[in-house]
Amino acid sequence: MITFEGVTKRYRDGTVAVDDLSLEVPTGAVTVFVGPSGCGKTTSLRMINRMIDATSGRITLDGRDVREIDPPTLRRGIGYVIQQAGLFPHRKIVDNIATVPYLLGWDKKKARARAMELLERVGLDPALAGRYPFQLSGGQQQRVGVARALAADPPVLLMDEPFSAVDPVVRASLQDELLRLQSELRKTIVFVTHDIDEAIKLGDTVAVLRVGGRLAQMAGPATLLTEPADDFVRGFLGRDRGIRRLSFISAKEVRLDPAPGELAVDEDGRPLGWRTGGGLSSFGTFDPEADSLRAALDAALLSPNGTAVAVDGDGRVRGVARREALDELFGAYADGVPERARGFHEQPPGPGGESPPEGGAETGRAGS
Amino acid sequence: MNGEPLVRWDWIARNWANGDPSAISTLLLGHLVMAFLPVVLGLVVALPLGLACVRWRWLYQPTAALMNVTYSLPSLVLFSIFLSITGLTRTTVVIPLTFFALAVLIPAVVDGLTSVPDHVRQSAVAMGFRPARRLLLVELPIAVPVVLAGLRVATVSSISLVSVGALIGQGGLGNLFIDGWQRQFYTPIVVGIALIVLLAVAADGVLVLAQRLLTPWSRARRTA
Repeated sequence: MITFEGVTKRYRDGTVAVDDLSLEVPTGAVTVFVGPSGCGKTTSLRMINRMIDATSGRITLDGRDVREIDPPTLRRGIGYVIQQAGLFPHRKIVDNIATVPYLLGWDKKKARARAMELLERVGLDPALAGRYPFQLSGGQQQRVGVARALAADPPVLLMDEPFSAVDPVVRASLQDELLRLQSELRKTIVFVTHDIDEAIKLGDTVAVLRVGGRLAQMAGPATLLTEPADDFVRGFLGRDRGIRRLSFISAKEVRLDPAPGELAVDEDGRPLGWRTGGGLSSFGTFDPEADSLRAALDAALLSPNGTAVAVDGDGRVRGVARREALDELFGAYADGVPERARGFHEQPPGPGGESPPEGGAETGRAGS
Repeated sequence: MNGEPLVRWDWIARNWANGDPSAISTLLLGHLVMAFLPVVLGLVVALPLGLACVRWRWLYQPTAALMNVTYSLPSLVLFSIFLSITGLTRTTVVIPLTFFALAVLIPAVVDGLTSVPDHVRQSAVAMGFRPARRLLLVELPIAVPVVLAGLRVATVSSISLVSVGALIGQGGLGNLFIDGWQRQFYTPIVVGIALIVLLAVAADGVLVLAQRLLTPWSRARRTA
């Protein structure tokens, strides 16, 4: 566990970057620091591995004051992922990943073997090992950045806006990949971002900071959306809080009706469309096992009759969800939604599931 | 003039390696020493000075200004200053040329080190590099392409500048110019020019090759 106890960072010119910050970062979970620029989120992150030293207060890592630890030693035990990846341009990918093992004095063979293992773990083609960073796309470089941070298997991972320099499609696949990795590795992750949607998607806990480095609210993402502490947090969360909250409710709970005759299906039982006067009209589907209530509502809105089509993992019709069934659930959760047992539609596809199209293209994965 | 050919090959053959201090091969060797020594010395001095200028930014402006003033001084002036100290020796040529090399190499080292992207430097810190190791394994290697570019300029200009030393009898191949001029005999002049150009082209080629071999990672980045 990482603890901030009354931590303040004041620069010589009098600017206060972080103001009396006290919070706990739980072990094995993702804690996101989010806020506008100038809120001290990156400064707070960098005080953990002492790239910046606090002016007053204490930061402890598993009970030990970080200021008692020699900075390079401390840093080798904490993974760090920086914006733009920060890869060493003059080193091959495999050696970039093996940076910390080399610093720790592992022998070259062992360090490289570990690097190769991680390369695959973050979804990259092992053939990239001998390339230089400039030969990789931005998204691939960022994956290498994550692999490098994990190389010496540190229990703590600090991530400083790691996905903000890549395009939205790649960003989404990197986020999914991180959630997948985290479900296997259970690291203590501190993640800094200015993007509240990213914070809500990735965070088990979200700490919203305001300009001047003060903690505005710290809560699970669902609680944050339901009960923002004040106008600043409400404003920062932006529009559509009600709808975004639905992402935290599993569509499993939606009452399904048998598919009516108006729904045309093919010989495999996959939906083709709603029979209307002239022909087939559009429809929307959701998978109650994998998707959230938000996806179900979206599917309902895509159909002219307001009825969402429920399908199984193979796309075969299981039934339909009428608006009344959805409304019942909206009513049931009006007062608040449970924090996720990890999100539903955000859940990255499992090994058997379909991968997002950009995933394959981006990672150059050799057949999944 | 009066039917004299531009190049008299027999003169070259007789004077290539006749054991005389004015033999062409001896002059060539002297030229090499006087051209490369300043570049090597310059690099040895420019590395720590450049590092200091990056570490303490306030140092850079005065250092650069001083070097530029030196660079703007005619080499003849510098030669005559050192003539009174070191006499008619090669040292009198090597010292001013070292200053000229420094004027090119210090900015090259500084630019090279500042060309290290901030996110790369910071990630090196965050990985747990200590300062000396970070400099040696991350920052200096990344500075190599820029430093080598400066080294090419310094080397080629040093090769050409050595000839001015002929005025004190220490000009390497430049001595051939004086010789030819005094005797109104063109062969030594042509030989001197040709060898100096060849030397410059060869040295530059070696450095380009070295850059290719040392920094395979930088090739495509320039076009990117």
